[in-house]
Amino acid sequence: PPAHSHNDWIGPPDKHSNLRPIIFYVPPEESPLERRLREARQEAQACNQRFWARHNCAFRQEKEEFIYSRLKAKGLEMRDETGQKATLNAEEMADFYQDFLSKNFRKHMQYNRDWYKRNFTITFLMGQVAVARALRWLRWKKKNVGN
Amino acid sequence: GLFVWHLKNTGMRQIPCQFVHLCRVANDRLITFQYFNFLKRMYVTQYNKDLSQRAKPKSDLVASPFRELQQLDQEKKVIHKISPISPVHPPLSETSNRNGLREMKSAAEIEDSITPVRAESKEDRQWKEMKLRLEDLPGILARLSKIKLTALVVSTASAGFAMAPVPFDLTCFVLASLGTGLASCAANSINQFFEVPFDSNMNRTKNRPLVRGQISPLLAVCFAASCGVPGIALLTLGVNPLTGALGAFNIFLYTCCYTPMKRMSIANTWVGAVVGAIPPIMGWTAATGSLDAGALLLGGILYSWQFPHFNALSWGLREDYSRGGYCMMSVTHPGLCRRVALRHCLALIGLSTAAPVLDITTWTFPVISLPINLYISYLGFRFYRDADRSSSRKLFFCSLWHLPMLLLVMFTCKKSFLEKEDKGDLLGGNHGRAMEIRLP
Repeated sequence: PPAHSHNDWIGPPDKHSNLRPIIFYVPPEESPLERRLREARQEAQACNQRFWARHNCAFRQEKEEFIYSRLKAKGLEMRDETGQKATLNAEEMADFYQDFLSKNFRKHMQYNRDWYKRNFTITFLMGQVAVARALRWLRWKKKNVGN
Repeated sequence: GLFVWHLKNTGMRQIPCQFVHLCRVANDRLITFQYFNFLKRMYVTQYNKDLSQRAKPKSDLVASPFRELQQLDQEKKVIHKISPISPVHPPLSETSNRNGLREMKSAAEIEDSITPVRAESKEDRQWKEMKLRLEDLPGILARLSKIKLTALVVSTASAGFAMAPVPFDLTCFVLASLGTGLASCAANSINQFFEVPFDSNMNRTKNRPLVRGQISPLLAVCFAASCGVPGIALLTLGVNPLTGALGAFNIFLYTCCYTPMKRMSIANTWVGAVVGAIPPIMGWTAATGSLDAGALLLGGILYSWQFPHFNALSWGLREDYSRGGYCMMSVTHPGLCRRVALRHCLALIGLSTAAPVLDITTWTFPVISLPINLYISYLGFRFYRDADRSSSRKLFFCSLWHLPMLLLVMFTCKKSFLEKEDKGDLLGGNHGRAMEIRLP
């Protein structure tokens, strides 16, 4: 993001986690409240990134392994004569999806709780920052009008 | 064709309603034909369920299983576009106050053409400044509130209002529709607020405003509050407290029960079906002020409809659900998924037959609706037996036109006030009056 910008910048989705990274702008006179908000957002971003990157990679890998084992059981190779990657149809993949979902259930439960907590905290902090900024602006306005 | 409804008591000329069905063929030829419906304009987009929508908040269902459609050049693709709506589990549940939120959800957005998609994805890969521009705000809020799903929810509520056996009150109708719409917007926004990382990972929902950082979570919550509070207040004070209570309950059910449950247990589908069933009940109670058998029947019809709609849709989204951690029947209990869909298709036949028994419609209604109910049941049976993508898609697309058609036929067979008072005339005058739209 350009150096003169006073805003956060959001980028394209990450290859592994599908989440969009944000580069946070640090204002020169950042109040402690604003800093708490920014750090909470950064931490949430890092956590989410870690979780989803790992989760999606595990999914891709396990999916490959599943396809490979099924193809081997059927006596086929990973790539056919034309060099195309062999795939299984949706019904065969359904077993894998079912299995993967149940295996990761506990992990998702934990992540859900974590995510909801973070989301509420961050939004609440945003609210506090917005109120603080509004009050500051009102005071500045009053001062200017007074002058 | 176009139908113009005349309101006899007010002498008002109502705005002709058009239902435009857009079909897109593989080679991008657009075929439009008109289809009469109250307010609905439906798009079927890639369904990514969510809740969505399923409609109104419900709708999260939105999936990209139909991405495969694009790759099939030879196949004729019929894509119906659904205006906002989050269907019950059908994604859309939407919809708000969870009116139909679920429906929308099920509708995924199908890219209109190759070029716009390419342009969009290129733009997608750039870094963007997180600054809210005022001119973008309406579009962003429309997407945040799943406006198309909301419209579908409002139209099901209008159907409930229209079916109520009372003289038509325009003010009440407008207030009820407005209140329902606002409640739906609120519920949909909260649903998106809760689901940001999950939406990012699913193809159907990855272009939502919060996911793209076009709006801050704080603003989303404020918008939800500024829609929900006036919406419920409007319903409670401007219509009646019962409708307001139902609206508030639906918002709660959608945001606090259905949305978290999507990741915890397959029971979310049933909760979402209730969310989709409540809007027509709200329409009825807005008109009559009481919860009677007719309201519950209408709700029952919507409830049963959600299952073939959503289950068929979710069949193609299994990969995204599995990876995203959503507990849906199609992934964990596929047999149950198909059984339930078939069961509820058949239930629709039963409910349609119950309508004249409860004095809501004439006996022509179960007769006229039998062909479409049988057809959807047949597709439901095929889905049950074959359990493949093509049968699930057929069932899903059928559900899209089945509901508006059923509601339309129901309305035309509505038992008029005067007819009710003179039951002797009933059977004799039925046929002639069946197609006549009369609002006492």
